[in-house]
Parts: sequence; structure tokens; C-alpha cells
Amino acid sequence: MSAFTVSVDELGHFALILALAVAVVQSVAPLVGAARGHRGMMDMAPSAALLQFGFVALAFTALGYAYVTSDFSVRNVFENSHSDKPLLYKITGIWSNHEGSMLLWVLILTAYGAAVGLFGRNLPPALRARVLAIQGMIGVGFLAFILFTSNPFLRLAAPPPDGHGMNPILQDPGLAIHPPFLYTGYVGFSMAFSFAVAALLEGRVDAAWARWVRPWTLVAWCALTGGICLGSWWAYYELGWGGWWAWDPVENASFMPWLSGTALLHSAIVVEKRGTLKTWTIFLALVSFSLSLLGTFLVRSGVLTSVHAFAVDPARGAFILGLLVTVIGGSLALYAVRAPALRSTGTFALISRESALVLNNLLLAMAALVVLLGTLFPLFLDAIHGPKVSVGAPYFNLVFGLLMVPLIVVMAAGPMLTWKRGDLPGVLARLRVALVAALIVAGATLYFSGGRPALAPIGLGLAAWLAIGTLGDLAGRLKLGRAHPSETWSRARHLPRAAWGMVVAHTGIAVVIVGITASIAWKQEGLQVMHPGDSMTVAGDTYRFDSVGPVEGPNYSAEEAVVTVLHDGAVLVVMHPSRKAYPIQKMTIADVAIHTTGFSDRYVVLGEPQGENGWTVRIFYNPLVPFIWFGALIMVFGGLLSLSDRRLRIGAPSRQTKPAGELHVTA
Amino acid sequence: MTRKQRRMILVVAGMASLSVGAALVLSTFSDNLVFFYSPTDVALKQPAAGRMLRIGGLVEDNSVTKFDGGTRIEFKVTDGAHDMPVSYTGVPPSLFREGQGVVAEGRLDDAGMFRADTILAKHDERYMPAEVVEALKKSGQWREDQAASAAASPALVGRP
Repeated sequence: MSAFTVSVDELGHFALILALAVAVVQSVAPLVGAARGHRGMMDMAPSAALLQFGFVALAFTALGYAYVTSDFSVRNVFENSHSDKPLLYKITGIWSNHEGSMLLWVLILTAYGAAVGLFGRNLPPALRARVLAIQGMIGVGFLAFILFTSNPFLRLAAPPPDGHGMNPILQDPGLAIHPPFLYTGYVGFSMAFSFAVAALLEGRVDAAWARWVRPWTLVAWCALTGGICLGSWWAYYELGWGGWWAWDPVENASFMPWLSGTALLHSAIVVEKRGTLKTWTIFLALVSFSLSLLGTFLVRSGVLTSVHAFAVDPARGAFILGLLVTVIGGSLALYAVRAPALRSTGTFALISRESALVLNNLLLAMAALVVLLGTLFPLFLDAIHGPKVSVGAPYFNLVFGLLMVPLIVVMAAGPMLTWKRGDLPGVLARLRVALVAALIVAGATLYFSGGRPALAPIGLGLAAWLAIGTLGDLAGRLKLGRAHPSETWSRARHLPRAAWGMVVAHTGIAVVIVGITASIAWKQEGLQVMHPGDSMTVAGDTYRFDSVGPVEGPNYSAEEAVVTVLHDGAVLVVMHPSRKAYPIQKMTIADVAIHTTGFSDRYVVLGEPQGENGWTVRIFYNPLVPFIWFGALIMVFGGLLSLSDRRLRIGAPSRQTKPAGELHVTA
Repeated sequence: MTRKQRRMILVVAGMASLSVGAALVLSTFSDNLVFFYSPTDVALKQPAAGRMLRIGGLVEDNSVTKFDGGTRIEFKVTDGAHDMPVSYTGVPPSLFREGQGVVAEGRLDDAGMFRADTILAKHDERYMPAEVVEALKKSGQWREDQAASAAASPALVGRP
């Protein structure tokens, strides 16, 4: 290795140490300044946040440089990369392992902090100082964790000629970009967390506070939605089992903060508009970030393999537990002491939009709790040396499904209710069309599917109820068809973007429900040993197995099959499922071939060779699975639309008007 | 009805529905707890046929036989002390082979054959499932040269 690359690694390591030093200053000075009203110390916060981001970015770039140049004197690169690997996977290799992913986590954390430093000018100085101080503390925790137990810059005295390479299952563009999305979501909730802790310190939560918290929560929510969708999509097309969600702890880890974050998104609206549900909203903000932390560690610490894997590296395990206890315990203790002081002002009737949002929050919180129980219970039993158990998918499907039914029913009606006191008969009258549509859809499904499974009419009926209810409400607000088109147009233009965002996101959920329901209810599959010339019929299509031939890739060699799909006797598509053998890792991976029409997927997996020229072939017909990804994309788009609302962009009316000749006390 | 009475009714109704919900959740939960058994556990504890469980151990050498033209396999899972027959219909994961660790999820049938619905593929050739390691240790078949590979388990991305 040349002297230059050596210095880049050292530079990265050094930058990380400096970032820790800056984070320590950032977590102390602004807090003291805010407590004493010392403007100079408060104003250190934004500069410190920017500086900390700069140092972490430098460290991250240095690690990236080591990966791209295949500098195997860095142990992390040696263990996770290989000089033959395509460039894209050298780059994504940075976060394919525990150490690098922690560095990415901190990079995103400090990026959020820097964003507050840059764009937080309209925040009251004390609030901004406190928020950034809390962000600084989280930074201290994670930077210390990286430097003391998970340092990606550790060197090998005798650099090996080449690295171990990356698990080939991970060498995929969908998975490669999935962690940054997921972490942008996880870490995004740190903003809500910091704002919540700052509010507890100040003893004040008001509409302006909620208005500042909402955009950060929305960013996190959009990223997390996208990340979960990408992860599920990857599991679907890469793992070759034909499904897209298995209630695996890894999936649950990202789903729990999504559920509580969704609840937070909705309860913050109540705080903003009505000045009530304050303590609950603060609580949700603390919980969402706590679940994000839990999710990060569940996936990355090896605890899922065995709780006692911690014993392999006691320092790391102890540090993780310490971090979790400090963040969760500390924030909840502060909550217990300070929350009672937060006064909610608004009262509301049993039938009101507030009540609908409370119900939404209760159901989402219960869903998160149900998933948490199923995810952590096996770990708990393992920790107390109890029997080895896992929680079966039927538990999640049944309990989660039952919780979602009332949630979707309320989702259509809630937005129509007015604040404070709603008019239930009036809303029900407006929902007549949606009810009729839901009954027709459910009835038609029952008729055409013969009533099996029972899930299908319920799921599709609920989706119709939600979509028609939501879009019908929009049409009513725009006076679509009842007023002159110019008036409708003008109403559409003046409807706040946040309202458009809600309509779009709720419609997206209806689309997701359609996809989930159809893919579970009407999936078909076939399994057979096929020889060239053999055919198999799945869901009315004929799959002809034509041939198998070798294909050489950059770091693998593959056997690729040619499968011709005939629909009504005509050739629909020629598919190429393959088995890739990766010599470096001594692994063989089935590469699924998927043909999608946007409405259904034809999904072919090439299994093991069987005897002379025979191959096990597994074929799935997955109806409407693409709707799950489309729906998720629509939801993300709705979130972004809401984020672009004028009120959130520049809105934030200062809660204290700045005195004209403000005193700048310099330190 | 006074305001107070109305509130009491609401609280009682809320508590009642909450406890019904909790009872439902917990009973579904306990029905769906899948216990892990090693072949020795199966021999000693004789779990009831028909209940979902996981078994794990090593795929016994020379025990894999193919049926129905290769779409169904039968093999034996062993922890050195005991072994048990397993039947699986489908494409086994890429890393399934004789002498390797395996975890299967399914049910025992009345004849004592384990009918696997899923064979878990959460491991590569360096790594052995934690349950299997423990089962081997219990039966005294654990060799220390396997320890290094078990410790080197990669960050898991596994789904079944």
C-alpha cells in the first residue's frame, strides 16, 4: 500500500475522533447557554453541528476511498470487500457490515443536525440550542460506540493480497440502496426525539412546536416507507420464495418505528391545530426514536442469532445496552417528571376529528406493541435461558390484521369529521357511496372467488371503502361536477398541499391493501423437475423449459435456463432464471426471473440440477403484487406533497416576535 | 344519565374491550409459539403430532433421498446422539447439503416423520445456526474447530 492511502485511512480515523470532540462540545455548551440565556453559547450549536457533519463526512469519504481502492490494510475492507467486486458493490460494501453501517448512521444523524444549523434560523434560539444539544448527545453516544467498539478504521499489520468478498445475496442494487433509506428514516425520528426532549426541558409545547416537528417527521416517514418497500421488494425478487413479507425480526425491526412514526405524524396534527394531545405526542416522539434505535441494533448486533452472541464481544453488547438504557430510560424519566406540566388546552367531543385521530393512534400503537411482543419474546426467553422459540407468522397476520380493520374504517371517516364536535350522521350520509361501493366490491369478490378465502372480500371491500371514501371527500371539497369547472379548479389550487398529501397517501394505502389481499388470496404455484422440452401449466399459462446453458459474470459463473411462457397459445415472454455460483464465497444463489405486467408477476426459480439434464423448477403466479410497491410509492408521494406545504416550508410563525434591537451577547 | 355515569360506562366499556383484546392476543400468541427441538429433545419429550415446531441439527451423511422425480426429498437430521427423518417438498435452499447444519419448520406426523414446510436458509458455509450449535453441544458432538465458524456469523439478512 502506498504512503498516500495509508494517510487517507489515518485521516478518516482522526476526523472521527475530532467529530467526537465537537459532539461533546455541542451537547454541553448550547444547553448551558440556553439555561443561562447566554446567546453566544447558544449560537455555538449550529456551527458545531456543521463542523461535526464535516468531520463525519470526511471519515465516511475516507472509508469509501479505502473500499474503492481495495485497501486491504483496513480490516473492515478486507473482511467485506474483494478487488474483483463491481464498483457499485465496493461502494455499498461500506454499509454492508456492522462498523460501516454505524458510520453511515452517524453521517445521516449529523446531516440532520447540520440541516437544523443551516435552515433553523426561524427557530427560537433557545429551542434550537437545546435541539442541537440533544442531537450532539446522540452523536457522542454513537461516535464513542464506533471508536471504542466498532471501529471501521482498524488496520491489519500485514495486508492480505485480497479480501473475503461480500455475501452475494447482498450484491444487488435494490438492497444496496436500501440501508441509506432505512437509516434516513430511523435517524429522522431523532429530530422528533430532540424536539420532544427540548420541549420537555422548556416545559412548553405549542402549535409552532408541532409545526417544526412535522416536516422532520414527514421526511423520516417518507424515507422509512421507501426503505421498507425497497427491503420487501428485494426479499421478493432476490430470495426466490415467492413472498414479500415474512414477519422476520429484521423486517419487524423497521416496521415498529414506522407504525409509531405514523401515529406521531397524525397526533402532531392535533397538537398543531387544537393544542391538545401534547403529552401523548411527546411520548410518541420518544417511542419512535427508541424503536428506531432498537431496530438498528436488532439487525446489526447479531442479537437475533443468539442473545448470548453478545458474549463474543462483551464491550459491544454492554455499550449497546448502555446506549439503549440511557436514551430510552433517560428520556422516559424526563417525561415522567416534566410531562404533567404540559397543559393541553382544547377539549373535544366523543365524535370529532380529534377522537378519530386518537383512535388511529391507539390502533397504531397497539399494532406496534403486538409486533414488539412477537419480536422480542423469543429473545427474552433466550436471555433467561428458557426454551428456544420463534413466533409464527399466523400470530402476526391474525392480530395485526384484526387491528387494521377498524383503522381502515376510521381512516375514511376521520378526515370528514370536523374538529371539536363532529356531525356523525352527516358524515355517514356522505359515506353512503363508499359503503355501497365497498359492499358491491365485497359481494362481487365473494361471488367470483366462491368465498374462499374469506380474506379476499373483506380486504377488497375495505380497500374500496377507503379509496372511494377518501376520493369522494376530495370531490366534495372541490365541488367536482356540482360547480363550474373553473370553481373546482380554483378550489383544487387553494386546497392546502397537506390536504392533498393526506388524500394521496390514504389512496396509496388502499392500493397496498388491494395488492396484499390479492397476492395472498390468489397466488398460484407449481413445482416440478423439468427437462429441456418439458412444460408446466400454472394459472392457465404454459411454461416451456427450453434449455440450460453456462453464462460467465464478473465475479460468478452461472447456469442460465431459457423458459418460454405461452399465454393462450401465443408466446408471451421468454424468461431467464439462473443459478449463480460465486467461487470466492463458495455460494450458489438462485437468480429469480420475474415478468411483470404491472398487474401480475410471473416468477420463475431455477432449483437444483436433478439427474441427467433435469432441473427443479418452481413457478409462482403472483396477482397484483406490483400494487404493493405502487401503493407504497403513492404513499411516499403523498408524504412529499404534504412536506411541500407552504405552511411547513416557510410557515413556522415565530412564537416570539423578535425585538427590533436584539442584544447579541458575545462570549 | 349524568355526565359522570356516561364517563363510567365509557371507561368500563374501554376496559372490557381492552381485556378481551389482550386475551385474544395472548391466546393467539401462545398458539403460535414455535418451539425448537433437537433430535434428542424429540426423542425424550415426544412432542405432539400436528403442532408447529422447529427442529435442527446436521443433515446426516448419505441420508438424502429424492422422490417424485426430485421435487420431494427425505433426509435425516442428527445431533450425533439421535436422528430423525424429515420430508420436504420443494426447492431446498442453495446451502442445503449433507453434513451441513439445518433448521426445518413443520409438523410431526403420526408415523414420527417430520413434515417440513420450510427449510431455513439463514446461513452460509461458514456459519452454523445458533440453535444447531447448542443442540450439538448438548449431545456432546460439538467440535471446537466449528466454533470459529459459528462466531464468524455474518450480519443476517435472512428471511425464510
